[in-house]
Amino acid sequence: MGKKQAPGRIQSFALYAVLTLGSVAMLMPFFWMISTALKTESDIFTIPIKWIPQKIVFDNFTRAFEVVPILKYMFNTFVMAVLKIGGEVFVSALVAYGFARYQFKSKNVLFMILLATMMLPYEVTMIPTFIIWSNLGFSDSYVPLVLPAYFGSATFIFFLRMYFETFPRELEESAVIDGARPIHIFVRIFIPLSKAALMTIALWSFMGTWNDLLGQLIYINSPSKYTIQLGLASFSNMTGETLWGPLMAASFVALLPIIFLLLFAQRYFTEGIKMTGIKG
Amino acid sequence: MNRQRTGFYFVLPWLIGFVLFTLFPLIAALYISFTEWSIIGNPVFIGAGNFVKIFKDPMFYESLWITVKYAIFAVPLTIATAFTVAVLLNNNLRLVGVFRTIYYMPAIVSGVAVAIVFKWVLDPNYGVINSFLAIFGIRGPNWLYDPNWVLPSYLVMAVWGASGGLLTYLVGLKDIPRELYESAEIDGAGTLRKIRHITIPMITPVIFYNLIMGLIAAFRKFTDAYILGGAGNQGTFYMVYLYDQAFSFYKMGYATALAWILFVIILTLTIIINVTRKYWVHT
Repeated sequence: MGKKQAPGRIQSFALYAVLTLGSVAMLMPFFWMISTALKTESDIFTIPIKWIPQKIVFDNFTRAFEVVPILKYMFNTFVMAVLKIGGEVFVSALVAYGFARYQFKSKNVLFMILLATMMLPYEVTMIPTFIIWSNLGFSDSYVPLVLPAYFGSATFIFFLRMYFETFPRELEESAVIDGARPIHIFVRIFIPLSKAALMTIALWSFMGTWNDLLGQLIYINSPSKYTIQLGLASFSNMTGETLWGPLMAASFVALLPIIFLLLFAQRYFTEGIKMTGIKG
Repeated sequence: MNRQRTGFYFVLPWLIGFVLFTLFPLIAALYISFTEWSIIGNPVFIGAGNFVKIFKDPMFYESLWITVKYAIFAVPLTIATAFTVAVLLNNNLRLVGVFRTIYYMPAIVSGVAVAIVFKWVLDPNYGVINSFLAIFGIRGPNWLYDPNWVLPSYLVMAVWGASGGLLTYLVGLKDIPRELYESAEIDGAGTLRKIRHITIPMITPVIFYNLIMGLIAAFRKFTDAYILGGAGNQGTFYMVYLYDQAFSFYKMGYATALAWILFVIILTLTIIINVTRKYWVHT
C-alpha cells in the first residue's frame, strides 16, 4: 500500500487544529479528575471553578485510602486477572489450533455453534449460571469468574483460528515427518510464532477482568473480596455527592494500571484489530 | 495417531465448557423463565405468566424505551464520530501516533472509574462542562439531575467513547486502493466529493460491523447506567432493570424472561440489519 502524500500546509494546519481540539476534549475528563484529586476541599467547591489547583495537596489520596482499601482491591483484581489469563489464553489457543489445522467430523457444526455462542448475550445464561454456582457452594467466590476461562473463550478462539489459518502448511509437515506429536507442534512451533497475537489476547483478557462490573457484582459480596470496580462502585454509592476529591483520587489510582498498559502495550492493541481482519 | 481424533481432542476443552457453561444454563434459562422463583425454595411453574406480567409492566416499557432512545441516537453518533476521527487521522501527519493513542483511549479506559469521573464532569454546579459554558454566559443544564437531560448526558459519554472503535475504521481506510482517489483527482474531485463517493461507500463493511456491535452494546448497556442512574428513573436502562429484578428483588423467573426478551430483540435487529446488507454494504 503506497504512503499517502503529505497534505498541504494550510490543510495540515487545519488538521492539527481540529485534532488538537478533539484531543483536549478527550483528555479533559482526566485532567479534571487529576486536578480535583489534588485540590483542597474549598478549591473543589468554588464558582467559578479553578482549572488548576491553587495549592497542591494529597489529602484526597490519604482520605480515599482511609475509607476504601483501594490497593487491596486492585491486588484482588490483579490476582483474579492473572489466574484467568493463563487458562483463557492457552486453552483458547489450543482449541483454535484444533479448528484451524485439523479436519474432523462435525468440525463445521461445532464451529457454527461456537459462532452462535458469540452472538448469545451473556445476560441470558447469567441467572441460571449464578444459581448453579450458588448451589455448588461457590457464592461469594472468584471461582465462577475464573474457572470458565479454562475452557476457552469463544471470541478468542474465533480470532486465533483466523490467525493460525494464515500459517503455511509446510510448517507442520516437516515436523510431522520428524515424528513430532501434535501437542509438541502446537507448543513448540505455533505458540512461539504467535507471541504477539497471544499477548493481544492476554491484554484483552486482562482488560475484560479489570473493567467488568456486572459479573463481579453478581458473584462477590464480602468487601474483603471486592475488586477495584466493586470497591469504586460502593465508594461512589456510600459517599453520594460530597467526597468528590477522594472519589477522583480513587478513580485516578484505579485507572493508572490501564493507562500504563495503553502507553506501553499500544502495539498489541493495534495488532489485535489487524488480527480481527474486519474487511467484510 | 489418528488426525481425525487429534483435532477433536484439541477442541474438546471448549466443547465441555460449552455444555457446562452455555448449553446447560441455556436449557435451565428456558425452564426458569416459565417459573416463579425467589432462589430460596423450589421454582413454581407458572407457564407464560412471567411474559404476561412483563407485557403489563410499565417499567418494562419505560426501561426498554430509554434503551431504544439511547440506541437510536448513540449508535449513529458514535459511528459518525469514529469515522470522522479516522478520516482526520488517516493523513500523513507527524504527531499522528500521539493523536491515535489519545483518541483510542476510551477503548481501553472504561468501567466504574470513568462513569464516576463523568458524573463529576457533568456536575451542574462544579462540573467542567457547565463551567465552560458559563464562560460564554450560557447557563448549562442540570444534566443527570434533570429527567429531560439524562439521555443527552449519556450521549455526551457515548460520543466521548466513540473513538474507541477507531482502529476498525483506520484498518478499513488503509484498505481502500489509492488508485481510486488518484483517478478521482484527475477528474477534479475535491476532498468532500472524494469522501462521499469513495471513502464512505468503500468503508461500509466497517460501518456495518460497528452498527451491529454498537446496537448490541447499546441494548446491553449496564456499567455507566448502574453507577450514574439519572433523575426521574431516566437512567434505568433495560439491563439495570433486569439486574434489579434478579439481584435486588430475587425474581429469578421474571428476570430470566426479561433476558430472553432482550435476546430476541438483539437477534431480530441483527437479522434485519443483515437483510439490508446487500442494499448498502460494499462487497
